[in-house]
Amino acid sequence: MRSELALRLGDDGLILGQNLSAWCGHAPMLELDLSLSNIALDLIGQATLFLGLAGDADDLAFRRDVLDFKNCLLVEQPNGDFAQTIARQFLFSNWQEPMLRDLAAKGEPAFAAIAAKSVKEVAYHARFASEWIVRLGDGTEESRTRLIKGLDWMWRFVDELFEGEHAALRPEWDARIDSALREAGLERPAARRGIVGGREGHHSEHLGHLLSEMQFLQRAYPGAAW
Amino acid sequence: MSKAPNSKEWPLWEVFVRAKNGLSHRHAGSVHAADSKMALEAARDTYTRRMEGVSLWVVPSNAITASDPRDADELFAPAEDKIYRHPSFYVIPEGIKNI
Repeated sequence: MRSELALRLGDDGLILGQNLSAWCGHAPMLELDLSLSNIALDLIGQATLFLGLAGDADDLAFRRDVLDFKNCLLVEQPNGDFAQTIARQFLFSNWQEPMLRDLAAKGEPAFAAIAAKSVKEVAYHARFASEWIVRLGDGTEESRTRLIKGLDWMWRFVDELFEGEHAALRPEWDARIDSALREAGLERPAARRGIVGGREGHHSEHLGHLLSEMQFLQRAYPGAAW
Repeated sequence: MSKAPNSKEWPLWEVFVRAKNGLSHRHAGSVHAADSKMALEAARDTYTRRMEGVSLWVVPSNAITASDPRDADELFAPAEDKIYRHPSFYVIPEGIKNI
């Protein structure tokens, strides 16, 4: 149970961090390149700590098969365009921040310590993404259309975040999301049946592609080191 | 901002970082951003990622009025031969620290 939680928290950070790092060198502006890479590094740093509670972090990251990953489906969704990436970050960070805050307050000491360090980083991620939601939603016709499409794609994967003990986080998340969407002049995407299963290892095809790239070196040259 | 409305580039902002409390903000560089909030975040991500600061200012670059290099002679040269404006003619007593 303990290592299950470590895997879930660690895999969320690892997969989202890997996805975000693909923006390095491709973001719309140099400044955003740095912002997205910083967020990626924060998340990968958190993943290293959480996975360390479940075993050897490198081993778990680079030598584990797709069915053994316990991340939520949201974080493995493709980057798409910048608006889609922001939509994913917005939905995720606004969940992760209160989740980590609770973990820092009530979790067992090893988890609480990592959560307390991480929650400051994630508060910034949530702020960054929420401001971009407003900027894109209230921006041009094109930015608005792209953002609506991005939110629409990601919305199916929200319910999974609130499974089990995380159900209590939903009202705060709803309030945060609605407030930013209101400021952006956007409607909440239509409710639809959520897709779940990531926590049990049932992943979308996207995770396999991501892992094949991320794990290539250790698969091709086992034990390779710097 | 003074950019043409159809310009693809975001306006430029000058970034000032205070390294620690008690010191003044120093110019660190510039960032592109569409508004002041974004400029602050870009400045944070660009100039304080290695713990360089405790406070940030961003100022639209076009709000800065610069002196004209062609006026350098009349602005700065007259100070050259006025060494008495430097506090360098005092003998500092022995044992005085922090000067």
